[in-house]
Amino acid sequence: MKRTLLILAMCIVNYAFAQQSGNIIFSGATIHVGNGEVIENGILHIKNGKIIAIQNNQQAYTNDKTAYLIDVKGKEIYPGLIAPSTRLGLEEVEAVRATLDYREVGELNPNIRSLISYNTDSKLIPTVRSNGVLTAMSVPEGGVITGTSSLMKLAGWNWEDAVYKADLGIHLNWPSMRIYSASWAPSADEQRENTAKNYKAIINFFKEAKAYAELKNTKTVNLKYEAMSALFTGDKKLFIAADFSKDIISAVNFAKEFGITPVIVGGRDAHLITSFLKENNISIILEKAHALPARDDEDVDLPYKKAAILYQAGINYCIAIEGSWQQRNLAFEAGTTAAYGVPREMALRSVSLSAAEILGVENTLGSLTAGKDATFVISSGDLLDMKYSKVESAWIQGVEINLRNNQDELNEKYLKKYGISK
Amino acid sequence: MKKIILYSLLLLFSISVSAQQTFPVNGVADNKANKYALIDAKIYIDAHHILPKASMLVDGNRIVTIAEKPTIPAGYIIINCSDKIIYPGFIDSYTSYGLVDSKNEGGSEDPIFISTKNGPYHWNEAVKSEYNAIDHFSVNNSDPADLRSQGFTVVNTLKKDGIFRGTSALVSLASDRDNLLIISAHSATGLSFRKGSSKQDYPSSLMGSIALIRQSYYDAKWLKENQNKVEFNQSLNAINEQSGLLKIFEVTDVHDIFRAQKIANEFKLNYIFKGAGNEYQRINELKKINPTIIIGLNFPKIFDVEDYLDAQNISLAELKNWELAPTNAAALANAHIKFMLSTADLKRSTEFLKSLRKAVKHGLSEESALAALTETPANVFGVSDQIGSLKNGMRANFIVCSGNIFSDESANILTTWIDGNAYTVTNVNTNDIRGTYQLNTNDIGLKEIIIKGELNDFAAEGMKADSSAITLNFNYFEKQVTIIYDPSTDSLHKGKYRLSGTFINDQLIGLGSYADGKQFNWSAKKIKSVEKADLQIVKPSSEELKLGAVIYPFSAYGTNNVLMPEQIVIKNTTVWTNESPAVLLNTDVLINDGKIIQIGKNISTTKAKVIDGTGKYLTAGIIDEHSHIAISRGVNEGTQSNTAEVRIGDALDPDDINIYRQLAGGVTTSQLLHGSANPIGGQSALIKLRWGKSAEELKFEGASPFIKFALGENVKQSNWGDRQQIRFPQTRMGVEQVYVDAFTRAKEYELEKNNYAKLNSSQKAKIISPRFDLEMETMVEILNKKRFITCHSYVQSEINMLMHVADSFHFKVNTFTHILEGYKVADKMKAHGVNASTFADWWAYKYEVMDAIPFNAAILTKVGVNTGINSDDAEMARRLNQEAAKAIKYGNLTETEAWKLVTLNPAKMLHIDHRVGSIKVGKDADVVLWNTNPLSIYAKPEKTIIDGVVYFDAERDLQLRVAIAKERERIIQKMLDLKKLGMPTQKAVAKEKKLYHCDDMENEMSN
Repeated sequence: MKRTLLILAMCIVNYAFAQQSGNIIFSGATIHVGNGEVIENGILHIKNGKIIAIQNNQQAYTNDKTAYLIDVKGKEIYPGLIAPSTRLGLEEVEAVRATLDYREVGELNPNIRSLISYNTDSKLIPTVRSNGVLTAMSVPEGGVITGTSSLMKLAGWNWEDAVYKADLGIHLNWPSMRIYSASWAPSADEQRENTAKNYKAIINFFKEAKAYAELKNTKTVNLKYEAMSALFTGDKKLFIAADFSKDIISAVNFAKEFGITPVIVGGRDAHLITSFLKENNISIILEKAHALPARDDEDVDLPYKKAAILYQAGINYCIAIEGSWQQRNLAFEAGTTAAYGVPREMALRSVSLSAAEILGVENTLGSLTAGKDATFVISSGDLLDMKYSKVESAWIQGVEINLRNNQDELNEKYLKKYGISK
Repeated sequence: MKKIILYSLLLLFSISVSAQQTFPVNGVADNKANKYALIDAKIYIDAHHILPKASMLVDGNRIVTIAEKPTIPAGYIIINCSDKIIYPGFIDSYTSYGLVDSKNEGGSEDPIFISTKNGPYHWNEAVKSEYNAIDHFSVNNSDPADLRSQGFTVVNTLKKDGIFRGTSALVSLASDRDNLLIISAHSATGLSFRKGSSKQDYPSSLMGSIALIRQSYYDAKWLKENQNKVEFNQSLNAINEQSGLLKIFEVTDVHDIFRAQKIANEFKLNYIFKGAGNEYQRINELKKINPTIIIGLNFPKIFDVEDYLDAQNISLAELKNWELAPTNAAALANAHIKFMLSTADLKRSTEFLKSLRKAVKHGLSEESALAALTETPANVFGVSDQIGSLKNGMRANFIVCSGNIFSDESANILTTWIDGNAYTVTNVNTNDIRGTYQLNTNDIGLKEIIIKGELNDFAAEGMKADSSAITLNFNYFEKQVTIIYDPSTDSLHKGKYRLSGTFINDQLIGLGSYADGKQFNWSAKKIKSVEKADLQIVKPSSEELKLGAVIYPFSAYGTNNVLMPEQIVIKNTTVWTNESPAVLLNTDVLINDGKIIQIGKNISTTKAKVIDGTGKYLTAGIIDEHSHIAISRGVNEGTQSNTAEVRIGDALDPDDINIYRQLAGGVTTSQLLHGSANPIGGQSALIKLRWGKSAEELKFEGASPFIKFALGENVKQSNWGDRQQIRFPQTRMGVEQVYVDAFTRAKEYELEKNNYAKLNSSQKAKIISPRFDLEMETMVEILNKKRFITCHSYVQSEINMLMHVADSFHFKVNTFTHILEGYKVADKMKAHGVNASTFADWWAYKYEVMDAIPFNAAILTKVGVNTGINSDDAEMARRLNQEAAKAIKYGNLTETEAWKLVTLNPAKMLHIDHRVGSIKVGKDADVVLWNTNPLSIYAKPEKTIIDGVVYFDAERDLQLRVAIAKERERIIQKMLDLKKLGMPTQKAVAKEKKLYHCDDMENEMSN
């Protein structure tokens, strides 16, 4: 076992950050802003880690002689994509227990914080950012209240350095009302009892936590309730995982009783209850498009077009893939929703600005807008289509990051062995 | 067989002199004459012949006379049966009557390799052929009254436990000493695919059960040939002894019938099937094999569908099955398939008649129903000379009914007669007291009493002097009545009046008491009987009987008619040929008789259906080299290191919705592989996705046989938990030894067989003949290059190892699948000539894939290894075009190279590139029309064509969606109406389906 650890340690990737957080103008690219707009032959001006201007007027910028000019004619610039629900940094090898850090013991764990486990040196992270995903939520799993997530930059020396927004939200797995039968399923009664038991536990826990938060002085510190307090002031978001229509409805109604507008995660049946979601102003972190229909009778392309149904209903949603290494395909999930009815730039929005909005970081992240962080990628082709997507460079808060990963090294090593040119 | 005939003769003899017996009597002998004359009944001699008014004389346990007006000798007790109907007694061919169920103690967390049962029995505990029901049967174990109440007089009884279940007995339902109940001691033998109470791991899959049955038959034969030379095996001996008996094979799905029939064909056996109740879903295919089927009448309850959201848990197939299941018997009858009816699937056997009437209402003729309950089982069990019809000399087994038991909901079985003894079913046979009774007594507040209700559940109401109605609390028992009522108008005697009375013919006479305790006498006389016509008969509601059509397959997106091949020309499109030139612009492709017959510009044809391909792309259909869809009950028989004997092709599920979903993703051919739980897995099946066809019709005809091997963590059980550290091998070192051992044994096996074949018959007689071993037969095929290996593999060391093993046994590995470290040994693979079938970008899900890189497919291709990209996943298979495109992103393959990864290259590795994989004149018309560049994420298939049949059509798909919604709603509305009428319901619980991957190890075969 020790040997395994040693091997892992030796493989840790070195980040060679280009320390050029200066004043740069990228000129001539097609800029996909992330809010639905496209700027042809545009200008992106960054300085001190921020975007200071973005426009299609080339002329205005030739005057700034201090800026370093980079010609990116024919390229496409995208906001760094945001993966809103991941295990990144919390797991390395799915099947090897020693590398898993996302599931804590216990049912109600709001005090468990994902950023503590977050491994900036995970070998998975470089393979994800090289496809344009530059920030990711790291979310604990397991139990009913799984813990507190943080939004992480996918480059950093350590978790303090990498964290983008610490302790952003608390995650709750909503007990499902949907009774199912299968050879491996508990009996229907058992399922009902479990759901009822968990409902009760959640409601009691929230009541206690709220009362605790209202206490001014002389309280015995309770770590769990401390972690919950920010929920009631709106300083933390509440993410509730619920898939089936009734579960979503009951989860929303529950949160409203505590004055919280939750974000629904999963939302497999969200397309069935769009008017309810709209009325209650609920945002969805939608499960990936590359999924099978939940039911035999459903339209075979329902998972592909679910985003389009939400889009047409005017519901704010972003797209998530489960797991860790899988995040590198996030852009293609959005691509598929574009093939099935979402306007292409809005599909991009669902993995950039919409995600930022749903995570509450839209003031600094998510689109290429003056004043926001200079976090973006430059691709030689359509970032949402694997046939054309080639990320050539990526920048987080004005710093260019290393796009190479261990897989590139292996590729080159063996091409060389076989005497094949790239 | 001789023994059995002897048994039957003995029993006949004992019955004909039933006064004599072997057992002592406590007290004085109490022998009765047992002579009865049932007169003036409507008698069904058998299902086809009716005597409208006749009499039947019973002497002892036999019928002695049936005639219209027979002379009745002295000494007969006369029973008036006018207005009654007599049917032959029913026979249930499939019960466990008089047997005690075995307890299923559940499995163990530790692996169990061999039988836990002591004694010289089969190595596998699910083979229980040595069991004989006759050794365990006793009337004391069950109550015959329930079955008798439904008209049954004789049942076949067997223990429904295990794969080989031993013998059944045909027994009478009389309440008598066990010795007098046996009609046939060994009437049949039972089989199934389920291992029941066996604690052993093997078989864990349907295909494993099938292999176990086949090997057991071969072993039984071997034992017979080598009697006293090889082991003694009570279970296999029993199989040999039972060879002349009827064989009843219980199935859980209509497709199981075809699976079992294949075994029957292989061993030249005739199985009778205990059906699952959904035979109607494949009736035309059933007709072709001309089976005999026992069916139960357990129909699904209506679902609770009030809640719109919950109702979505129920699939169209479940809704339609609810509606059509009651037509199952009628469908068999209409198809002239021989069938018998049984109480087997009912929760309570007392629900049988109700279900039977439902089946009749749904189109089963009374004649067919009666035949299925009498003469068919009597013929099948070879006892039609004793039971199954009413003739002189036959057993006096019959039922006396108050009306037509098949169609009249109010008709009752009054008595069930077995061997000349009458068992009362309904206690009202002679006393239909229903009618209007006029009170002869004044001053008790009543003018008339009207008795109504069911024969076994009377109710009454009263009429007061002013002709107003009054509720009576009425009780009847054995000619005694109790009546309580409150006339309330009588000022003298307020409160409840109580009457107690007795019937004397049509008179009621009795005593009563006022509320103040003062007594009075009362009497009443019947002035009007109830007319038959007054009795409420529930008529079939015409709404309930409006039924939807059977669809093929029986699933959403099934169609009413089987799809047919068409002559089609796709005009003016971009063709990706996978040939040279690779791309043809503005080209037409003509398809006829399932083949591509012309490729060119401006093809003119008058007959062909024209599809405009302008702006679109036509490609060969996608071929998925590694798939686990359309497999029924278990993808792994991972219970042993070598399960070369199992065959995926035995367990195909043509109804799997994933077939349709993948057609919608452009897939036309899939290799269905055994899982990767063991080094030598099962034999593969290659299918075309012919949605709607039968399991056998899915198979790619003439395809080379393949087998799945597997290496690495799965076969070492690395990720199966700490308890799974017993099965060999646990390391890659051990994996190699499994192969070397298996191939070494296979060589010896073949040599022994060949040597034996050269001997003359007298030499053969002196030695033990070689045992026919399904596992070794398969291994020999590999050695002789008649079967090809697809090997699940990840790391370079093991890839290298298997090529060495193959070289040392002088054959080649055909394909490494997954092969994520193939790029590290691409040169060695090329030298060996092996194909690679990999993932585009999967990695990090376990330790052995940490060096997986998305450049793998490109490197292998560039080195010259024939490479494909597969799915191993029902979801990813829907967009293999996207996975192929990743080889452009990672590795800069050309469009043509990338496209071949999912078409021509897998065709080559599956040896079917002469048929499919490219667009070329003469090849199969397996093509896909895409809306745009097929490698783009924006690409969607518009038409997926296999053998010239348009199995997926984006436009038709939209129509099907509308039709599905409409059909669902029609049935849901019907359920809502029926629920209002008080029909029992079941909750709308979602049925989760298992989607298989390589390492799924559910135990699918336990009860």
